[in-house]
Amino acid sequence: MTDTSAASLPGGSPMAESLSPTVDAPLTTVDGTPLREALHKAERQKRWRAFLLVVPLLLFVLITFVTPIAKLLQQSIYNDDFSSNMPNLSQWFVENPDSFGVPQDEAAFEALVLDLQTARENRTQGQIGTRVNYDLSGSRSLFTKSARRAARIEAPYREAILDLDKRWGEDDLWGVMRRASSAYSSSFYLKSLDLAQTPDGEIYQVDKKQQIYVDLFWRTVWMSALITGLCLLLAFPIAHMLATLPLRYSNLLMIMVLLPFWTSLLVRTTSWIALLQSQGVLNDLFVSLGLIGTEGVLTGMLDSLGMADREGRIPLMYNQAGTIIAMTHILLPFMVLPLYSVMKTIPPTYMRAARSLGATQFTAFNKIYFPQTVPGIGAGALLVFILAMGYYITPALVGGAKGTLISNIIAEAMLNWYNWSLAAALGALLLAGVLVLYWLYDRIVGIDNMKLG
Amino acid sequence: MTKIVSRFTGLGGLVLGLFTLTVFAGTGSLGIAFSLFLVFGIPLWAMSDLPAYATRGSWFWNYVYTLICTLIFLFLIAPVLVVIPLSFNAEPYFTFTQKMLSFDPDGYSLRWYDNILKFGMLAPDAPRDSSWFADMWANAQWIRAAKNSVIIGIFSTILATTLGTLAALGLSRPEMPYRRTIMAVLISPMIVPLVIVATGLFFFYSDIGLAHTYVGVIMAHATLGIPFVIITVTATLVGFDHSLTRAAQSLGANDWTTFRQVILPLILPGVISGALFAFVTSFDEVVVVLFVASFDQQTIPRQMWNGIREQISPTILAVATILVLISVALLATVELLRRRSERLRGLSPG
Repeated sequence: MTDTSAASLPGGSPMAESLSPTVDAPLTTVDGTPLREALHKAERQKRWRAFLLVVPLLLFVLITFVTPIAKLLQQSIYNDDFSSNMPNLSQWFVENPDSFGVPQDEAAFEALVLDLQTARENRTQGQIGTRVNYDLSGSRSLFTKSARRAARIEAPYREAILDLDKRWGEDDLWGVMRRASSAYSSSFYLKSLDLAQTPDGEIYQVDKKQQIYVDLFWRTVWMSALITGLCLLLAFPIAHMLATLPLRYSNLLMIMVLLPFWTSLLVRTTSWIALLQSQGVLNDLFVSLGLIGTEGVLTGMLDSLGMADREGRIPLMYNQAGTIIAMTHILLPFMVLPLYSVMKTIPPTYMRAARSLGATQFTAFNKIYFPQTVPGIGAGALLVFILAMGYYITPALVGGAKGTLISNIIAEAMLNWYNWSLAAALGALLLAGVLVLYWLYDRIVGIDNMKLG
Repeated sequence: MTKIVSRFTGLGGLVLGLFTLTVFAGTGSLGIAFSLFLVFGIPLWAMSDLPAYATRGSWFWNYVYTLICTLIFLFLIAPVLVVIPLSFNAEPYFTFTQKMLSFDPDGYSLRWYDNILKFGMLAPDAPRDSSWFADMWANAQWIRAAKNSVIIGIFSTILATTLGTLAALGLSRPEMPYRRTIMAVLISPMIVPLVIVATGLFFFYSDIGLAHTYVGVIMAHATLGIPFVIITVTATLVGFDHSLTRAAQSLGANDWTTFRQVILPLILPGVISGALFAFVTSFDEVVVVLFVASFDQQTIPRQMWNGIREQISPTILAVATILVLISVALLATVELLRRRSERLRGLSPG
């Protein structure tokens, strides 16, 4: 490895000699290889050396990042809780592809009873029931109950099962079981989009009351857009101030941007809890200023707008306002820094020239300054929007029920509902959205231009 | 002349602001005092060196602009600083009590800091001898969380910095193939929502038996820190003078010597700030810990998460204050390194 770079240019200096008087002979290096080939080889070696430096990290990221995401994508379409634990019935479904609804065939019920008995022995009835429950709520108890009594069931199985619980005679249940009998299914994606399938495979939209996910996706998008807009509004003036002040002042003010950036997310969220609570600092401040509270100036107005609680305080937390305020604060530095680095490069002489040519302050700003800041706006806005889309911690702590985003429901599905495939499908949809935006960011801004502080 | 007058109004504004601040602070209306100081004091002071030819209109605009900027800077910094005084509250409230506002010493206490040590101890009220400290070191939950945070943070930082620096050296070479694609993949852990990464890791780790282990958490945190290392190190390598390495090699240095004696000293500021970023990322990360770690790997942010969700008490504010002080120290270090790096690169030709 030591002197590969020396070897990669075989005979660097003798090359001069090979520029011999016979001009039409191909140029060669000292050991006779044509120069073009030698240079190619050197080039190739250099590329390999560069690539080898990156290989360890690529392998590492492959293990800890790419594989888990591939696993997530697989989980979103693959769930063998039913198929692997109900082998006989699954087999029957494969052999009888034309039977829809409740089968008349005794063999189907025999397979069902056999599988329920094994499930009871392996204690997998809960798992099976949960899988069917995803698509048909209320069926988990059917499976646990039937598995408990399966040992005592005797032929004829069809009658015995229907006697045990008449829900076994429902077409919907058999339709759901048929779909669950194949480990690969699109039902989790359908569910993520508030869609469902009839037993014979037709796709329809679920009841208005049961629609949650599409609304949540839209909420995530509009709240992220609003937060991005607010960040831009707040970042623009201070980025301008930082870029135009003399360096010794701007360095001091920069600390005010960078300190929140370096402070733990949970610390900032905690302090927003302290500030926004109904008995918190902001409400107390407004009360002491006489604005709100039981005898505040604005209490009547706020009350008529439905914005005051019983004590005349403003509920700023556990709602959308809480999420928006706290996330705007947390993401603001990500907007200020790209804006600042663009504004820094705009020569102040341009504005002065425009002014001296008779433009008003507004015209000069609008026609000269603002257009030059657009790259910074694009970079900051995309970055903030991408980050906001995937936020979890802050909405979970200050958002309440109405201020949560799609990430929160993914975590909910993972940690509380144990519906991993649904979480994976929702995650995959979010991932697709984020990756499109990331691709846009790379096209418009370029990842190389990302800067930190 | 106008210059002197405006300078005077500026100073006057500041003095007036400070005066009202003290007067109102005495009566307890700190809120009013502070608002007045903000609205008049700071903008007037900041505008004191407006050029002499400024018209009344531009004076007004400048006033509004400075006021708005002041308020935005306040919005940025106040939430970070507000936890510091609140953590000394004598009462279990998340707001300023009347006693605190009138600067009554009785309104302040260190009980929440004491609570950090005592929470989770077997015998928190025993006399404070060596066995009390042994108990604290072994059982106090925040101490245990801090130990975990430091262990996980240090190892994931070492991993991320070593691999990231190597890769950045390769990526910044002009002959690197598929540069853009590889860069996009390596930066993506910063962009992909943490919940997605954590969910995927949960599935993957459950399969290969890394769930609920330190190794699993460390590897995940290293992945999350890598983008920061790559960004900071490649930024230092921009404009790196490659003739220096060629000069070293022509003088007979091998690759390792060249790296250690020539390249590393020049990129060291970038490497260290990348390492600090990676450490902070790990030190602050909670979602992955929530998904793939067990009780044994509780970290400080995880403990805070529990605290906020379950038994919310000002102890969290005390912890938050300590974390703010740590981030001040880290920020100062990174800032010094950045200046050093700029100086170093200013010296190198090209």
